[in-house]
Amino acid sequence: MTEIKTEQPEKMAMGRSMKRKEDPRFLQGKGNYIDDINLKNQLYMALVHSPYPHANIKDIDSSAAMEVPGAVAVVTAKELDAHGVGWLPTFHGLDKQMVLANGKVLYQYQEVAACYAETREAAYDMAELVAVDYEPLEVVNDPYKAMTDEVLLRPDREAKTNHIYNWNVGDESGTDAALAASDHVIRQHITFPRVHAAPLEPCGCVAEFDAMGRLQFYVTSQAPHVYRTALFMVLGIPEDKIRVISPDLGGGFGNKVPIYPGYVCAIAGALVLQRPVKWIETRTENMTSSFARDYHMDIEIGASTDGTLTALKVNTVADHGAFDAAADPTKYPAGMFGVVTGSYQFPHAFANLDAYFTNKQPGGVAYRCSFRVTEASYLIERAMDILADDLKMDPTELRRKNFIRKDQFPYQTPLNFVYDSGDYEHTMDVALEKIGYTELLKEQAEKRARGELMGIGFSTFTEVTGAGPSKHFDILGIKMFDGAEIRIHPSGSGIIRTGTKSQGQGHETTWAQIVAEELGLDPQNFIVEEGDTDTAPYGLGTYASRSTPVAGGALALAARKIREKARKIAAHLLEVGEHDLEWKDYKFEVMGVPGQSVTMKEVAFAAYTNPGDNEPGLETTLYYDPPNMVFPHGTYVAVVDVDRETGETKVRRFLAVDDAGTIINPMIVEGQIHGGLTEGFAIAFMQEIAYDEAGNNLATNFTDYLVPTSLESPHWETAATCTPSPHHPIGAKSVGESPNVGSPAAFVNAVIDALSPLGVRHIDMPLSREKVWAAIRNAEQTHPAAD
Amino acid sequence: MTKTQNMEALGADFAGIDVPNIVTVSIRINGKVVTRAVPSRMLLVHFIREEAGLTGTHVGCDSSSCGVCTVLLDGSTPVKSCTMFAVMAHGRDVKTVESLAVGGTLHPVQQAFWDQHGLQCGYCTPGMMMTALALLERNPNPSEHDIREGLSGNLCRCTGYNNIVKAVQQAAGAMSASSAADPSAADD
Amino acid sequence: MFPASFEYVRAHSPDEAFDALQKHGYDGRVLAGGQSLIPAMRYRLARPAVLVDINPISELSYLKEEDGFLRIGATTRDAALEFAPWVRERYSLITSVSAVVADPIVRHMGTVVGSVCHNDPAGDWTATALAARGVVVIRGKEGLREVPIDEFLVDSYTTAVEEGEMALELKIPIPDARTQGSYQKIERKVGDYATCAAAVQLSLNEDGTIRQAGIAITAAGPIAMRVAAAEAMLIGQRPTLELLRAASEEAPKIATPNADQRGSAEYKKDMTRVLVGRGLKQALERLGAVSA
Repeated sequence: MTEIKTEQPEKMAMGRSMKRKEDPRFLQGKGNYIDDINLKNQLYMALVHSPYPHANIKDIDSSAAMEVPGAVAVVTAKELDAHGVGWLPTFHGLDKQMVLANGKVLYQYQEVAACYAETREAAYDMAELVAVDYEPLEVVNDPYKAMTDEVLLRPDREAKTNHIYNWNVGDESGTDAALAASDHVIRQHITFPRVHAAPLEPCGCVAEFDAMGRLQFYVTSQAPHVYRTALFMVLGIPEDKIRVISPDLGGGFGNKVPIYPGYVCAIAGALVLQRPVKWIETRTENMTSSFARDYHMDIEIGASTDGTLTALKVNTVADHGAFDAAADPTKYPAGMFGVVTGSYQFPHAFANLDAYFTNKQPGGVAYRCSFRVTEASYLIERAMDILADDLKMDPTELRRKNFIRKDQFPYQTPLNFVYDSGDYEHTMDVALEKIGYTELLKEQAEKRARGELMGIGFSTFTEVTGAGPSKHFDILGIKMFDGAEIRIHPSGSGIIRTGTKSQGQGHETTWAQIVAEELGLDPQNFIVEEGDTDTAPYGLGTYASRSTPVAGGALALAARKIREKARKIAAHLLEVGEHDLEWKDYKFEVMGVPGQSVTMKEVAFAAYTNPGDNEPGLETTLYYDPPNMVFPHGTYVAVVDVDRETGETKVRRFLAVDDAGTIINPMIVEGQIHGGLTEGFAIAFMQEIAYDEAGNNLATNFTDYLVPTSLESPHWETAATCTPSPHHPIGAKSVGESPNVGSPAAFVNAVIDALSPLGVRHIDMPLSREKVWAAIRNAEQTHPAAD
Repeated sequence: MTKTQNMEALGADFAGIDVPNIVTVSIRINGKVVTRAVPSRMLLVHFIREEAGLTGTHVGCDSSSCGVCTVLLDGSTPVKSCTMFAVMAHGRDVKTVESLAVGGTLHPVQQAFWDQHGLQCGYCTPGMMMTALALLERNPNPSEHDIREGLSGNLCRCTGYNNIVKAVQQAAGAMSASSAADPSAADD
Repeated sequence: MFPASFEYVRAHSPDEAFDALQKHGYDGRVLAGGQSLIPAMRYRLARPAVLVDINPISELSYLKEEDGFLRIGATTRDAALEFAPWVRERYSLITSVSAVVADPIVRHMGTVVGSVCHNDPAGDWTATALAARGVVVIRGKEGLREVPIDEFLVDSYTTAVEEGEMALELKIPIPDARTQGSYQKIERKVGDYATCAAAVQLSLNEDGTIRQAGIAITAAGPIAMRVAAAEAMLIGQRPTLELLRAASEEAPKIATPNADQRGSAEYKKDMTRVLVGRGLKQALERLGAVSA
């Protein structure tokens, strides 16, 4: 079924490509997504958006809107302010965000008013008729313009500047000295463009205050518990009066982490109008309320003549848009950008970042990325190729020479991470062999002799995931641990609950596999429940590739806790001492007496029928605070052909060799890799939220934000190596984001490799046909004989 | 007769309010006729979801780009039900994902998507499978390219399409095997 | 998103449709496949007061050869052309177009005549009709009239169809055995409008010289444009790679594309050259008349 061959032994439940338990309902159209939820007597809400990126609001007249048949109410910032809910704290903790534009709009499509009506159509009719009198202001749509402070975007803040924060890590003077002393130094400006996660299901919610005055909030949330606590902070409603239910999610990829203004408006409407309110984003609303990336990076790398790295220095300008709504942990305003030293040994490194406001939509969500890891990984992998090119070295040899070696783990990087484990050289060797690098190089040489453009691109990335250890990580003060609850029923089946929330990752299957493996039970006999804050234990949710590293660890440890309780009951059943038993071949066995054993199923029955002196029942809740993060890695290889006349790139082959540590379900892991690669491909070649000079957002729907179809998407080849995490309970790392983190550099490196005979050194993503065409044309005009 | 036959304007009480341009629409959905007085501007997908109560057909965009709303019209014509007014399907036959499994047994296309891990979040899956069915009806032995081309009106954000291609290949095999096993369908 | 309200008129015959359009004048709009119109209505970029639905008119759904023409009815879907074996066999230009219009699902509802009437400069069928020298049949007050495609395309989104009128058919001359064509399209992804495209159709004389040439470019100006100078250059000549190259260089001379997210004017202009060149080469290869 899967192409992935793992290096790990297959066990009873772990490491097996078990078909997904959640699929039958999705296959039959019986999933329960947000727009499938309808409450009796519900109203529909539509939002009014600003056509201007920067403007004062002089007046809002809703009288015409209220004439629409079925109109119920229009709410503006004035009404929200009166209820004290005009502003939202951002997850970052460094800023606050307007719920509805308060006196001024700061980005195009900002929410200005909320319309409530009896039907969805009527709500949109109303939104069209709300008359807003705008006074356009000068637009700042470039962070380099913002840093001049000529136009102050956020007079509401105490600090009268567009500068939000500075963050830096590492040894600046040592790095500068090392760079000055290096034989070679490369310098390059590299942009990671503004993109959007764009799950196929937009966000939405249904809010109701029930007969007990309790908020029942159905919402597309990757982090339902955080929502509950944040709603308490925003609305002042006690947490016991809030129930957040996140139903089936039609994808998330980070887009369903933030709390959007529409949610607050729906809740406010439900409270004031005393009727349930439903709000489902339009695609345009989905595309214009958040973003990811938008880092403008200057990198310098020093090396000796033989290619040994000496130092790395990065200076980044981050465009955060109108509010600092980045979903990063409090102490990590630039996320985990510090992983920018990648898989390599840098004796010295320094990273500096300054963030600015602009008239663009707020966000900075972790789009299939563990908090800014994608930007860092892309930067170092792109820069390593530029260095190899300058040194006239094969890019794989430069990497091999500088890899952190297997025997150096745990490895302290100069930018404050301790990498847990890895074998970068082995993974790269597997990739080189599988792709047939030697033959490809030969083919490329022949093609180059004929003037054809063929490129081979590598990325040997390291990722950091599993946020995270409570000593470092929190969001709004809440530590980033995760809870797991397991209950085993008398018949040996059970229910598993976690604070995570699957958006397609297959938790209903993999969580059952982890627990079943630990307990020697059948994974088919477990149900997994997530997303309801009334029943699930607290947890920080699913994003940033943290589910398996954190909740997966919680589940394994919770299962082991159950096993220890079961051991007491088993001892009672076998009439021996607890310490005379060993857990062997998924059974409790009397040491040295192979026939004398009981299964977990038998113990489960006894727990409710014959527990002896032990406390009856077999269930537990456990919170896991990981000691460190995990560091998956991989080698990706792209092979491309570039059409010299049109600039079209054809990705002929793509191989991903991932090392995600222990794999729970190879089929699911492979599926995650395929999906992440496709999003990486999209970012490299197609997806971008572009703006024009006037600050107009040019990517507000799927006609202009280019999501690849089956025809553009390459066929993916995959393989896996296995370096377990030494500190994770089952040795697992993570994989959902690796392909999106690691692949953009491989694609771009391949295209630049194809163009390198022409002297092309770098092109910023997305590598549209036109950009490639322009680079070729420019090179041909500059060096007419270059081919 | 040259007189324009306008649909009967009922001026009906719609969700408690007077709305003009109400039309009576009668559509056979999965074999069952559903008749409702609805605004002429109602899209077919909303008729299916909200009037017929079949929520397996989804909405993902406003620009006819994503295909998660794909249903089969009059047998095996795939259409984006968000790019048709419900009234355009008046008197016609619509098949949605809910028609596929019979008596709890998955259709070969559903089984193949399950076996090959051709879905993750499941949001695109109903539309994807309806298009796949139409494709296989026309081309029972599609190549990988035929499948990729044939499904290129349906976006998937999770799977990267590899396993969807494999699922359609499996379904093609299963469906041609079952029609070969049926003597009435065999040529010789 | 939800369209604004409109009055719906179901037409069962061309007469009914015509009467309704006459009655409603500029308020009335024909609803054929709706694949451009309905999304525009959902964004409320279009808000016709009255929609005259011609889909139920079964007598307008046909695809047949008659009197030397391929006749495409007003409700004939793109997919009908794409999947008709006899069209695939003998109409190489139309076959290469019908496989790249919009996306495979949209082609099941979208109509050829509707696309020509929409006259989006980036639509695929208008340049095709130019290259193939099509004729549009319009039903007006005075009865039917036939308008050559060059006169039919007036300006962006504007055609020779007047208030209260409707187009009934597109006629394409049946290509003879020594006629082949090609459609070359650059799009950012399936379902996107063309960044640039070229429709080419060539007919040879028995002696191998070029008898007739149709060359038109898509998304290179306010409407699809015929590259007349390139056509003239080819007529009567024996095809050589040198001649094709020279002809293709005529395209950017007349192209006036807009810069947008699909590309700069400079890029699109250059692509008219590349695509016309590739189209000519492929047409001649299909004729077995040129070797690379």
